[in-house]
Amino acid sequence: MSEVRYTDQHEWVRLDGDTATVGITKHAAEQLGDVVFVEVPEAGRKVGAGGEAAVVESVKAASDVYAPVGGEVTEGNAALADEPAKVNADPEGDGWFFKLKGVSKDEFAKLMTKAQYDEFVKGL
Amino acid sequence: MTGSEETLRKTPLHALHLELGAKMVPFAGYDMPVQFPTGVLKEHLHTREKAGLFDVSHMGQAFLGGDNPAKALERVTPADVQGLKEGMQRYGLLLNDRGTIIDDFMFTHLAGEKELYLVVNGATKEGDFAYMADKLKGIATLMPKPDRALLALQGPAAGRVLEKLSPGIDTLTFMHVRRATVAGCPAIVSRSGYTGEDGFEISLEGKDVEKIARALLADPDVLPIGLAARDSLRLEAGLCLYGHDIDETTDPVEANLVWSIGKRRKMDKDFPSGEKIMSRLLNGTEKKRVGILPVGKAPAREGTEITDKSGRVIGKITSGGFGPSLNAPVAMGYVDSAFAKDGTEVDLMVRGKANPARIAPMPFVPNRYKRS
Repeated sequence: MSEVRYTDQHEWVRLDGDTATVGITKHAAEQLGDVVFVEVPEAGRKVGAGGEAAVVESVKAASDVYAPVGGEVTEGNAALADEPAKVNADPEGDGWFFKLKGVSKDEFAKLMTKAQYDEFVKGL
Repeated sequence: MTGSEETLRKTPLHALHLELGAKMVPFAGYDMPVQFPTGVLKEHLHTREKAGLFDVSHMGQAFLGGDNPAKALERVTPADVQGLKEGMQRYGLLLNDRGTIIDDFMFTHLAGEKELYLVVNGATKEGDFAYMADKLKGIATLMPKPDRALLALQGPAAGRVLEKLSPGIDTLTFMHVRRATVAGCPAIVSRSGYTGEDGFEISLEGKDVEKIARALLADPDVLPIGLAARDSLRLEAGLCLYGHDIDETTDPVEANLVWSIGKRRKMDKDFPSGEKIMSRLLNGTEKKRVGILPVGKAPAREGTEITDKSGRVIGKITSGGFGPSLNAPVAMGYVDSAFAKDGTEVDLMVRGKANPARIAPMPFVPNRYKRS
């Protein structure tokens, strides 16, 4: 049974065991507008919680994507290189950015729940 | 709402933008639509395929009167103003005494009219108008028209669409201008724009602009287009954005805008820093504005350092992003003149990585102006 948590930087992270999948939220994708370029991390790279892990660019600007939790990258979503528009079409599904292993459940538990994140977005 | 937002000005189309669901941003002191629900990619592509409607009412419009306003205007621009034929407009640079660029603008000689009609950039209009009024004091009178609005209708369907509201207007060709009636409203219509496409700029009384905008948007080929697509369209067309690609640190020679200096003006050198600018044209400048095409998919933004293949910094990007029509990143910027030749290989320092790119001719997308 997987669970999804959210950050105030508008990333989502889904935890299955000690493996996490990370992407940007629907709200973030809408705010960015049409995504035209994504740079995902290579497998084997170690990232700390809150560290820069990926880049997403819309027509207008580039934004960093941070790792919501620490871990080792097992895979970047290679499909985004050819089809960055997947981030807009399905931000919390096919548009995922990277996967991490060795994730701490404590770090994960500190992140916002769906209800907390929705409340956070409403207050922006 | 923060304090700075409260002081933002609104164009006469502000309420229409909100009604159309625009995302608004501060731009040139105005609350302006950066994109509509269509989204910037589709807005860009739609403009090149059909027609896009832009609210550019933030831009500064004015008339210049006096005994010989054309001769007067030549005091502050190297363009050939006196040689401009009736019914035509031309691009000019507003220069300070050091010969660097205060703004770029369009000037128009309306048929049968003595006054010149001017359009300057929105962000610079107060300064431009104050500068012109000061420099031309006693020989010409500047009359800003803050109550006028300005629409741009751009794209291959523009002629067909505007013809319905203003019969006969489709006979205008590129850079020609006339007074016309658009859906019963008095207008100044020019066949020009800032996208590289065929199209019009339509100057109207502020009170009439919403009616005309709605009439244009009623055509299924016309969509409202925001500032983001306006920027990507002009960048693909190789057109400068004032404050980014040209400013008071650049002169016409290094900005590669010498074509805007009239032939007679080059001979007479009778414009601000004329001697200096002509000597720079003869002897070359340290840097040059060029087009830049990244080899990969990563866009290189404004401020990105350009290096030679050994890593030495040779310039900087002044406009950069993604070109939807090319489906690839595009940029322009300044490089040391030794590296300005088309095809020269350079690197762009993006997030600490050297991304290969080459100097490329502009426009990146061929112009499709209506020349005949």
